[in-house]
Amino acid sequence: MQPPLERLRAGETLCGDGGWGTQLMARGLKPGDSPEALNLSSPEALVEVAALYVEAGAELITTNSFGGSSLKLHSYGLDDRTEEINRAAVEVLKPVVTDKAYISASVGPTGKLLKPYGDTEPEAIAEAFDRQMGALVEAGADLICVETMIDLSEARLAIEAARSHSEDIPIIATMTFDATQRGFFTTMGVTVEQACAGLVEAGADIVGSNCGNGIDKMLEIAAEFAAHSSVPVIIQSNAGVPENRGGEVIYPESPEFMAERVPKLMDLGVAIIGGCCGTGPDHIRALRATIGEHRP
Amino acid sequence: MSVLQKIIESLQRGEDQKVAELTQQAIDAGLGAAQILNDGLLAGMDVIGEKFGANEIFLPEVLLSARAMNAGMDLIKPLLIADDVQSLGKVVIGTVKGDLHDIGKNLVGIMLRGAGFEVIDLGADVASESFVETAEAEGASVIGLSALLTTTMSGMKDVVELVKSKGLEGKVKVIIGGAPLSQAFADDIGADGYGYDATNAVDIVKSLAGAA
Repeated sequence: MQPPLERLRAGETLCGDGGWGTQLMARGLKPGDSPEALNLSSPEALVEVAALYVEAGAELITTNSFGGSSLKLHSYGLDDRTEEINRAAVEVLKPVVTDKAYISASVGPTGKLLKPYGDTEPEAIAEAFDRQMGALVEAGADLICVETMIDLSEARLAIEAARSHSEDIPIIATMTFDATQRGFFTTMGVTVEQACAGLVEAGADIVGSNCGNGIDKMLEIAAEFAAHSSVPVIIQSNAGVPENRGGEVIYPESPEFMAERVPKLMDLGVAIIGGCCGTGPDHIRALRATIGEHRP
Repeated sequence: MSVLQKIIESLQRGEDQKVAELTQQAIDAGLGAAQILNDGLLAGMDVIGEKFGANEIFLPEVLLSARAMNAGMDLIKPLLIADDVQSLGKVVIGTVKGDLHDIGKNLVGIMLRGAGFEVIDLGADVASESFVETAEAEGASVIGLSALLTTTMSGMKDVVELVKSKGLEGKVKVIIGGAPLSQAFADDIGADGYGYDATNAVDIVKSLAGAA
């Protein structure tokens, strides 16, 4: 397959995949268990979900390694299996994606706060990402996707760890923003403009936002990225903000509702459009169809 | 500038050593522990809470100010006990079973302490029974539940029902908070309150604890 950055730089819009949590819950993941442990215990569940997304038209398939840093795995007593779990996350997807999609290796926050705000030294976070990134790159991930970050310093440590294992692997870096009366900020107070500058400086090739918001707020965030980013932009929106309907938690935005906003994202120049929490294969099918209609 | 005013300003800048020094100065000058607490440390945290609520400052500044407050609190705690100064009440907080996310919960704990409550933080991934048993044993009037995941927020209902089945309804109030939650969800599970952010959570706890 043509390298993803070449396609993006040529002006193509790619379609990402959707949420994994609910899909894995439906296949045996229990609340409180490590989702990443499934990479070793139930690889067939990952193959099933990935196949649904490939079939729906996703061109990037996310690995099940969001909580795969050794610091996060430590919470489940799994840190000594960091390399094994992350290698498996990439390898199980290879037979599914074939030449239809890229493997985008997910890397989420460690869950620790850096000094002086928390009790964790930057060296500890760097090492946790180094072990994860080493395994993901070695296993043959097509891209690294540092995501759902709220602290720019931690995001930079992740990006730098990825870059230290490969000079040329494309690195996506996304942060999660809250809408406030004074604009969009991450929990740690990072603005979109600061995110653009900091993530690119650390070595990210694609920057943007995932999670935390439905598609309308994401359109506003995308406009800010479009104004400030020197590199391609990715937007992976939740299907709205969860609502409780009769004891069941549902994300309200339908595939059609989200797909209707896709042309606006494309007009802003967003290069990768996908889903996050609450989106499933039907959302991705709708996003991909709309992307297809509006590709030049 | 009075020493209490200096504490308020230094605390807002997150200067923990300086706040400890100033607190010691206030004690040495003969100020009462309750006065140092209310008109110094808590007054400083009150400004922090307001600025945070207005999105003028964010989590990092709050964490540094909380650390500065704690540096002062360590010095006056024995004096508060000796003077029999009562807190606004006890609140048991934690993140519900199956959920390891603790940033939001920690922030609420900081704001509650900053408002004058005694906070018993059970941490993350806390069993429903543990919340209720601790509240009963400690004589807490409010339980604060946090969840980030849509898959764990349903565990909050178990705590509400446990409070009822133990006959603690009315004596122990339950407040919930977290990214996927809403007032509608709180109403639905029978919780007594919902805090949309940490500052709001303090207001709700105050009204539930009868301290408003």
